[in-house]
Amino acid sequence: MQFVSKPRPDAKTLAPVISLFVLIMGTSLVTPGFLDISIVDGHIYGSLVDIVHRATPMLLVAVGMAIVIGTKGIDLSVGSIIAISGAVTAVLTVNTEWLPFVVMGCALLAGMACGLWNGLLVTVFGIQPIVATLILMVAGRGIAQMITGGQIVTFHSEFFNAIGNGFFAGLPLRVVLAIVIVVATALVLRKTALGLFFESVGANAESSRLMGIDSRMLILIAYVFSGFCSAMAGIILAADIRGADANNAGLWLELDAILAVVIAGASLSGGRIYLGLTVIGALIIQTLTTAILTSGLPAQYNLIVKASIVLLVLLIQSSRTRDFVKSRLMLARRSSHVE
Amino acid sequence: MNIKSLITPLATLTAILMSSPSFAEPTYGFSQIGSESGWRTSETNSIKAEAERRGIDLKFSDAQQKQENQIKAVRSFIAQGVDGILLAPVVESGWDQVLREADRADIPVVLIDRGVDADPSLYLTKVASDFKEEGALAGSWLAAETNGNCDIVELQGTVGSSAAIDRKSGFDALIGNFPNMKIIRSQSGDFTRAGGKEVMESFLKAEGGGDSICAVFAHNDDMALGAIQAIKEAQLDPADDILVVSIDAVPDIFKAMADGDANATIELNPHLGGPAFDAIAAHNDGEDVPKWIKANGPLYLPDTAAAEYEARK
Repeated sequence: MQFVSKPRPDAKTLAPVISLFVLIMGTSLVTPGFLDISIVDGHIYGSLVDIVHRATPMLLVAVGMAIVIGTKGIDLSVGSIIAISGAVTAVLTVNTEWLPFVVMGCALLAGMACGLWNGLLVTVFGIQPIVATLILMVAGRGIAQMITGGQIVTFHSEFFNAIGNGFFAGLPLRVVLAIVIVVATALVLRKTALGLFFESVGANAESSRLMGIDSRMLILIAYVFSGFCSAMAGIILAADIRGADANNAGLWLELDAILAVVIAGASLSGGRIYLGLTVIGALIIQTLTTAILTSGLPAQYNLIVKASIVLLVLLIQSSRTRDFVKSRLMLARRSSHVE
Repeated sequence: MNIKSLITPLATLTAILMSSPSFAEPTYGFSQIGSESGWRTSETNSIKAEAERRGIDLKFSDAQQKQENQIKAVRSFIAQGVDGILLAPVVESGWDQVLREADRADIPVVLIDRGVDADPSLYLTKVASDFKEEGALAGSWLAAETNGNCDIVELQGTVGSSAAIDRKSGFDALIGNFPNMKIIRSQSGDFTRAGGKEVMESFLKAEGGGDSICAVFAHNDDMALGAIQAIKEAQLDPADDILVVSIDAVPDIFKAMADGDANATIELNPHLGGPAFDAIAAHNDGEDVPKWIKANGPLYLPDTAAAEYEARK
């Protein structure tokens, strides 16, 4: 796994990985057959596959979010961008004879245009990121509803069916797509100085600028990239249900994406990008959702169980909790020595 | 005498002449929530058409999901002295004051498709579906279809919504009469296609591929449409291997039924104009009107699905 800021394998970086492992093991005790993986019709099948399959849209959004948060920003509009790109995909597929590649390109461009708008508000107009992206978060769903005419637009296309539910070399195609995007992003950030630039802008935009880094351009790029990732997620989500649901597609996904970045150990005050751990964070959240669905828990407990476990993961990660536990252990040891 | 002093009485006269037909045909006000879903749009169109058929002058106001707009609309209806008000309340609370104003002006108010928590004496009646009866109707169809032998998975609506709570309790109460009908799994799909698909996928995995599932009961059609895709992707035949019954009757479910992917849907009746206007007429004739006029829709089966889809699309 590629890390941009190369974290040492200390307790903090190990926490998300261990949490994911414990979570999967715990679920397999509650739900027998959770770990089963088999080959059905030449492709891989099982609950674990479902988790990765279902996690791809949120994972993509989280990767974009990780970079935006790395620059000390935040992008609340990702859910709305998902709705917009889904709407563009559906409406163009239904109303034109364009090749699916062209339709997909238009949807991605729509998402990047949204990102550009966010980036311009943040850099040129100096609006705080949370406020700047809030505007599109609210307006974007309206734009998507305008595109679809307020209805769920259903479409049929072999190409998009494949993106939503197809398989490539036995693996779900959308997972392959996500892996390609994540690995390419990690390579670009790590093999060039770009990752370092993003982090330095996040740590201190003013001193980065004095050192000759074009902070504005970098922040702009971060938001455009986040728009691209969200648009990709929107295409996958629309392809999944073969329809664009402007009211519900990607609703509250921004919160899950931010959570994934936080679980990865990044601070919301910027300066750190952990791509690999963000992926783990996204998987943790999706594992929780899938585990709750397969466990037979009554629906009204879903959110409270999810929140409790996320809190637990974050507590394990917090250095203060660890110091507290360590000092308690040391006290206990000391007192046992005295006796 | 100058021109100006002539214009005012002339304008008044014209206004009186222009407005005189309204003495003949009754004027009603209709405050609608908005046009957030296809169902609501068809409700609006149905009520407008019904008003036109009966020769009613219907003043329509779209509140765009805001209660303050609805209160403003109702006040302006009162000021215009309409003969009756139809109100589809966006929320349950906060209506007491404006309903009292209508009551004082002696204008009957009919609530459309949703209730309010105000004193029932402040409005004439509520015209709405009974979600419990919808759930029970779905359950009774399933019981008849399977001779009372069925392991059911349930896709609930958004947790806490009245549609989800009542559709579930109506369905539960009915299948409680059949010892061999039980809900083996139940989870919330949030009334969305994506939610219905994801939950159904996990049910199919948890039930060993879905062979033990006899039917899926979805609290709305959108979740059923998502579930149908999940069933297909698990190499099973929806409507055949797993029966699919849902509520709302949106156009797409008729397409699914025509394609042989769904078995039954119960209409959430959007044609509420007729009963509402009847209630006001009855009230004006001095008759007693019940506080809840149940306007439940029928159950649709695949045999009429293709025609219904053409009619609704």
